[in-house]
This record gives sequence, structure tokens and C-alpha cells, in this order.
Amino acid sequence: MLLRVDKATTSKYLLKIRPTSERLVDIGFKNIVVAMASMVAIVLFSIFAVVYYESTESISRYGLRFLFSSAWNPVTDEYGALTAIYGTLFTSIASLLIAIPLGVGTAIFITENIIPKYIRDVIGIMVELLAAIPSVVLGLWAVFIMEPFIRPFLNLIYELFGFIPFFGTQPLGAGMMPAILILVVMILPIITSISKDSLNQVPSKLREAAYGIGASRWTTVFKVIIPAAISGITGGVLLALGRAMGETMAVTMIIGNSNNFSWSIFAPSYTISSMLANQFGEADGSQVSSLMYAALILMILTLMVNVFAQWIVKKLSLKY
Amino acid sequence: MNYSSKKSLTFNPSLTRNIGNKALTITSAFFAFISILPLILVISYVLIKGGSYINLDTLILEPEPPGDDLLSAGGIGPAITGTFIMTIIASIISIPVGVGAGVYLAEYSKSGRFANFVRFGSNVLAGVPSIIAGVFIYAIIVSTKILFGSMFSGIAGGISLSILMLPTIIKTTDEALKLVPDTLRRAALGIGASKFTMISNITLPSAFTSISTGILLAIARAAGETAPLIFTALFSRYYITSIDDLFYEMGSLSVLIYNFALEPYEAQNQLAWAASFILVVVLLSLNILSRWIGTLGAFSKNKV
Repeated sequence: MLLRVDKATTSKYLLKIRPTSERLVDIGFKNIVVAMASMVAIVLFSIFAVVYYESTESISRYGLRFLFSSAWNPVTDEYGALTAIYGTLFTSIASLLIAIPLGVGTAIFITENIIPKYIRDVIGIMVELLAAIPSVVLGLWAVFIMEPFIRPFLNLIYELFGFIPFFGTQPLGAGMMPAILILVVMILPIITSISKDSLNQVPSKLREAAYGIGASRWTTVFKVIIPAAISGITGGVLLALGRAMGETMAVTMIIGNSNNFSWSIFAPSYTISSMLANQFGEADGSQVSSLMYAALILMILTLMVNVFAQWIVKKLSLKY
Repeated sequence: MNYSSKKSLTFNPSLTRNIGNKALTITSAFFAFISILPLILVISYVLIKGGSYINLDTLILEPEPPGDDLLSAGGIGPAITGTFIMTIIASIISIPVGVGAGVYLAEYSKSGRFANFVRFGSNVLAGVPSIIAGVFIYAIIVSTKILFGSMFSGIAGGISLSILMLPTIIKTTDEALKLVPDTLRRAALGIGASKFTMISNITLPSAFTSISTGILLAIARAAGETAPLIFTALFSRYYITSIDDLFYEMGSLSVLIYNFALEPYEAQNQLAWAASFILVVVLLSLNILSRWIGTLGAFSKNKV
């Protein structure tokens, strides 16, 4: 079968076998990148493990009672995170309800050809640059500029609708409402830029077909474009929700940091992350463990939202 | 064809659909205006109010303890160097790991089970609140004194920032390498390059601009973070003078803003505004720079 050729010719035409050194580099490099990829998994797991391990003392002592008590008393060792959990959920969901129409509206405005493209591009870039401003700077701005500016308006609401429990206390500076507004500012860029990307990805055939059968611009937007882009928009909204729940600095500076439970959105309150930022530095003993328990709850909440976001994007995006 | 049917084909602004259309267009323009309003307000306040407190003393002096001197609060010099040093520590850790993980995802296992898990994990890690990263580093490094017996340190702060940078770098590396056409890979392998040579000489260089965009964005994010630093690096009013000082508390611009904004003294508040001026100017320039670099690459998103 094989042709018999002399050695000189063989070595001339045979494919060269890689030198051992080159193969070692190849294998070594692959192992290094595998190790680096596993770092993500290791970090993620150890974050969970460490937070869970540190909070075991509190979990075994309070159990689920921790979720439904608003006591926070280092002297008697009584801890409960109801105020913080309520504050986290309420501020993030309320800010989401304000930010969704604003963000999606802006995204539609800069993807439809209402005004020249370069103006729309500038608006898009400006909204995205808003995401680059650190949260502590937004907090500083909220404390010194925004809160004094909106207080008269909040006072007006209090005077007119004070009988409703949600507006039941006088706004005296820091409180839940300014925190909600600054959260809106922080999550707006996320919703806008993700919605913009998914609106841009809708095939132009769909739009042209809708115009062709006589639909007006906004009928097209509501009946064709948004349903086609809904997976991306929902994903963006959920990511924003996760961000809002975990947001720390701006909220800590403006929410007033009080563990007294109140239905009023003008009263000082707490979120889990602001509680951590505020108390973790000086805490010791079982307070650390209780704070870790609160951190674990926060992690589980954000994890659920993020996993749900990824799932829904996958689930809904199969359409187009 | 009678007159009325002819008229029905011309644009009639008083029709309900046209009025509704106009109303919705105006509403969306109004929403867009509200969305950019905060950026304009925040930036103008920070630039005008913060910029007015910037002078040479503010930039190089050490901050005074609050309440010591009501007229002058010193400067933000140590905070600037601290932010710089901790961001560098974070980059040294997260850039190799992030780029390596991205290379694995894009070049070795495009859709394997482990690769999908890593992608999922890095998305989850991106969603982990930044304060949790601080709590985590506090628990494993600060409270255990694992770093040669030091507790709060600039290194611990840098490590907690690196956790936040990691997901961004992994994601951009992964996506940048995916944009490199497969023909380049086949050509490299076809002329006998090993996989390592192919990655290091062909694909990584051609994805370099997109990757550096992601790295710049990650650095910009890390430099502005506060939450992971408040109980890992804590705060210090002094310049670092030697390598040893890396193992002690370290100040940073963001923590300085947080601490001094809540002080009741006017002088400290002014320092907080000055610090946010520096931070915002640096971060916005990093962002704009990364956008500009992103348009340069041969296989960047904006071109392909």
C-alpha cells in the first residue's frame, strides 16, 4: 500500500509534527483559560456559601420570623428585617412603575423616525451617559439639590391627600419618596438602552407591512413593534428591577435610614442594602449574623429576578 | 370617483387617529425630555458647583478631620491616589481572569454545558448587588485578617472592585471574539498555527479594540463604586508613602463623597462636591473614550 520512498524525501514532504514545547504551551493555555472561566463559578458559589455560613446563627435563631418582624434592637438581640424588605420591594417596584413608561417611551422616541437621526443619537448617548454617573454622586445631588426642590410639592400632596395612609406623614427631608425618584434616575438608562436595542432589532419588514395595510405610526408601535420586541424590553425591565433592589449608595444617603415601619412614602425608611451600608461597619456579634441574613435575602431576591430575566428573554425571544 | 372618496385619501388632521398619533408623539418626546433632564441637571450642578471648589490646594492637600477647621477642609489628594491605586489593583486581578474566561467561552467551548453555565454565572454575578461584594470580601479577607494580619486595606478594596469588573470584561471579550470571522481562524489553523498561536496572534489582536472598550467601561464602573469599599478599604485621610500602606485603610473619592456629604459642616460638603467633580469628569471621559475606541476596530459592533 505505502509507497516506498527514501528517508530524505519523506522528511521533506511529511507534515511536521509539532514540537513538544508548542504542544505543552497549547495544553497549558487551555487549562489556564478553563481555570479562569471556573473563577466565575467559584466566586459566585463562595459568595453564596460565605453569606449563608455567616448568617446560620441568625437563621437558626429567628428562622422565618426574621422576615415578619420590624424589631432591630442590638441591646436585647432582637432582629427582624420587615421594614428593610418592605422598603427594598416597595422602592424598587414603585421606581420601576415610574421608569417603565419613561424609559420605553424614550426608547420608542429615539427608534422611530420622528426627528432627525443625529438628534436621536445624541439623546440615546445622553441617556446612556447617565448610567456612567456613580451612584454616590447622584446621592449627593439628591441630598443637596433634588430633595429641597421637591419638598414643597410633596408637602402639597401631604396637605391634600394626607388622609391616605400612603401620604400620611409630613415630608421632612430624607424619606422613601426621594429614594424612589433617585432610583428612577438610576434605572432609566438600563430600561431605555435595552429597549432601544430590542426595538432596533425588530425586522423592518414588519413595520412596512403594518404601514402598508394602513396602520398609523402608533398603531404600528403598539400592535406590531412592541409585541415583537417584548422579550428584550421585559428582560431590560427585570434587570432594572434587580439593579434597583441592590442599589446602595444613593438610596442610603436619601432614604433616612429608620427601622420604624411606616406605610407613608414620605417617612424615612430602610432598604436591605442601605441597612448593610449603614450598620455593617459598626456591627458585632449576632448583629453581624442578622445583617448577613438580610444580605442573604437580598441576594436571593436579586438572583430570582436575574434568573427570571434570563429565562424570559430566552423564552420570548424565539418568535423572531 | 366621487368627491367624498377622493377626500378620504388626503391627510385629514382632525381624524381621531391623527389626533391620537400626534398626542402620542408629543408624549414620547416629553418622556425623552424627562429622561435626559436628570443627566443635564446632575452634570451641570456637579460641574458648576463642584468646579467652583477646585483649586490646587483641593487637589493635593490631605482632608482635615470634620469640624476641626470650619473654613477649610483641606483637599482630596489622598482620595484621588487611593481611587487610582485600588482601581489598578482591581484591573490587575480582573483583566487577565476576565479576558481568559472570555477566550475560553468564545474559542474553546462555544456552547458546551460548562460554557453556558459560565455565561449564566457571569450574568448572575453582574446582577449581584455591589454591596454584597463588599460584605463577601469583608467576611473572607477583612474579618479573617488573611492578608498578613491586616484588616481594612486598599488591597481588600481592590479585590472587591475586581469582582464587579469581572462580568463586564468576560461578556465583552466573549462577544468581541465572536465577531471575529471564522475564516481568519481557519486560515491560521490551515497554515499550521497551533491554537495558542491562533488566539494570541490572530483573534485577540483583531478583537483588541472591542475588548479594550469593555475593559475601559469596567474600570469606569469600578472607579465610581462606593458600596464595596465602605467596609473593605474604609477611609483614610493620609497619603500612602510606601508599599506597606497598601495593607492599611485607604481613602477613595467615592467614599470621601459619601462620608463628607453627610457631615453637617459646609467645608466638608464643598469637598464632597469637588470630589464628585473629579470623579464625574474622569468617568465621563473614560466612557466617551471607550465609545470612540469602539468605533475604530475592524470587527467592532458598530461596523459589522
